[in-house]
Amino acid sequence: MTPPTEQTESLRDRPGPFFDAYGGRFMPESLIAAIDELAAAYEAAKADPSFAAELAELHRTYTGRPSIITEVPRFAQHAGGARIILKREDLNHTGSHKINNVLGQALLTRRLGKNRVIAETGAGQHGVATATAAALFGLECTIFMGEVDTQRQALNVARMRLLGAEVVSVTTGSRTLKDAINEAYREWVTSVETTNYIFGTAAGPHPFPAMVRDFQKIIGEEARQQVLELTGKLPDAVMACVGGGSNAIGIFHAFLDDADVKLYGIEAAGDGVDTEKHAATIERGRPGVLHGSRSYVLQNDDGQTIESHSISAGLDYPGVGPEHAALNDRGRATYLPATDTEAMDALRLLSMTEGIIPAIESAHALAGALRLGRELGPDATILVNLSGRGDKDVATAGAWFDLFDEGAKQS
Amino acid sequence: MTVPTLSVATRIAQNRDDGRGSLIGYLPVGFPDLGTSIDAAVALAENGVDALELGLPYSDPVMDGLAIQKATEAAIAGGFRVRDVFTAVEAVRARVDIPVLVMTYWNPVLQYGVDAFADALVNAGGAGLITPDITPDSADEWIAASDRTGLDRVFLAAPSSTDARLKTTVEASRGFVYAVSTMGITGARQDVDAAARSLVARLRGVGAENVCVGIGISTGEQVAEVLGYADGAIVGSALVSALADGGVAGVAAKAAELASGTTATRK
Repeated sequence: MTPPTEQTESLRDRPGPFFDAYGGRFMPESLIAAIDELAAAYEAAKADPSFAAELAELHRTYTGRPSIITEVPRFAQHAGGARIILKREDLNHTGSHKINNVLGQALLTRRLGKNRVIAETGAGQHGVATATAAALFGLECTIFMGEVDTQRQALNVARMRLLGAEVVSVTTGSRTLKDAINEAYREWVTSVETTNYIFGTAAGPHPFPAMVRDFQKIIGEEARQQVLELTGKLPDAVMACVGGGSNAIGIFHAFLDDADVKLYGIEAAGDGVDTEKHAATIERGRPGVLHGSRSYVLQNDDGQTIESHSISAGLDYPGVGPEHAALNDRGRATYLPATDTEAMDALRLLSMTEGIIPAIESAHALAGALRLGRELGPDATILVNLSGRGDKDVATAGAWFDLFDEGAKQS
Repeated sequence: MTVPTLSVATRIAQNRDDGRGSLIGYLPVGFPDLGTSIDAAVALAENGVDALELGLPYSDPVMDGLAIQKATEAAIAGGFRVRDVFTAVEAVRARVDIPVLVMTYWNPVLQYGVDAFADALVNAGGAGLITPDITPDSADEWIAASDRTGLDRVFLAAPSSTDARLKTTVEASRGFVYAVSTMGITGARQDVDAAARSLVARLRGVGAENVCVGIGISTGEQVAEVLGYADGAIVGSALVSALADGGVAGVAAKAAELASGTTATRK
């Protein structure tokens, strides 16, 4: 598996394993058989119209697709008057875009004849979505979550357990998403005969980056049509937050060949990209291999992964999907940072101007839209992927903005 | 080069001629500190271990169980640098005549530069690399660098591997093939899986000359059992735990106990 040198054609529908110089399948031999089996099942499913039909029906009757778009003019007044349109993935069942991918992979699990799923989770949204699909399909479910994240996303831990999943708190390494992935790999090696790994983001070894993108690209396909219907033209810019990058690649993909539509991925800058506390992988990382694929990685001179930091658990990841690395290097998408403070201010602004409480992850994209709108001016239209809702983040926001009554303070 | 490199295959063949199997011992560099890790590796060599596998501590060790994770985390927290591996290999080779392989996850090699890493390992007197998180089909750069330098390259084979993949692995490996005894990560186990015996037979069926079995082996009895059908037994976690609990003296005693299993005659 050598990366191809051809870089001219569009990345649209690129099946992997490589996206220009990025991607691949750098994995222990013990997991190769399972990964090959999954890749083959996915190829077969792609060629089988009944698979697409079954997934579409689930999305219609369970996820609540298509998700709507909402224009937010009161919020946009703070963004130089540009038109801002939100793609409402927050309205999906389970509260984020994660369900799009999970239902696809859960259907594949059934095709593989396996009766158990495992998954990693950061903010808990992918874990909740996986636990939900497991309940729906009658599968056993174990979710790996870093101890730091189980504390800051305690509500989602309870949700997963309520759905019947086992939640394993990971206490090694940085005790966040990257270590949850390590632990899920370790578990998968041990239980691969009965267990499928439902990977949550468009990273990891082939076929995950391409497969997760394929399951998420419905976001952009719907949104492109919806924006055309609403405004009569394509947006000037599409914006999404990037941790591993699944919601971003999902909304970007339908626009990849629309050269006039600028694509922006907003990375979590934590305390700032010039501090040691951030998760701006493309901005401050360099190419390396982490979790099975070659992409940008936050790492020191020795290639040791650096612990990332973000107020949003879902963006707190020192890697990024390989297709984003390729889009960055081609200049097709631009990756910019937003700090914790910028994201929290955007979260509060959207809440107070539009009555929509976004996830802290998605608030990074909103912060980017505020900046870009001021830059582009009132003639511009910006499509923002509101990838998740903020219910899970109320405790964090309450503490950040000091919203709790004395004596009722929560973590 | 300080001391001429001794190849693992040569050592395994010598032992085979003597009617015994080989014991390969793993310890991570820098645990509990660089100097002690070197002393501990030398102690293995002086207590019946035939080849050393020095681990390069890495932040994301997906194939390792808790015992090794804890040790390598401590090494990194204690200031371990990748270059310390070459220091350790050279220091060990200066004191004992034993082939020294380095066990490393892939990203540290990639960041050091694959060719630069290979050259530094040759200069230190190292025998080659064991690479647990890449497979031959993702290792073009390393295969080229090891062909250029003559370093051994040990790839892993798993019970779940197809026959076609086993053949590729055997053809790409030099030194020996690392047969993963069970579907799992490193760590001591009560029983070494029956899957190991069948995997070794399958590897021989596709032409493997030297097959060493690792994962789950922690006693001299288990070493003897494995050497009944394999060329080598690889022990890691049990040695790391012995070093953590009993220092250099503890790991020396554990090595001697494990080595008592190598005198069993091969079938």
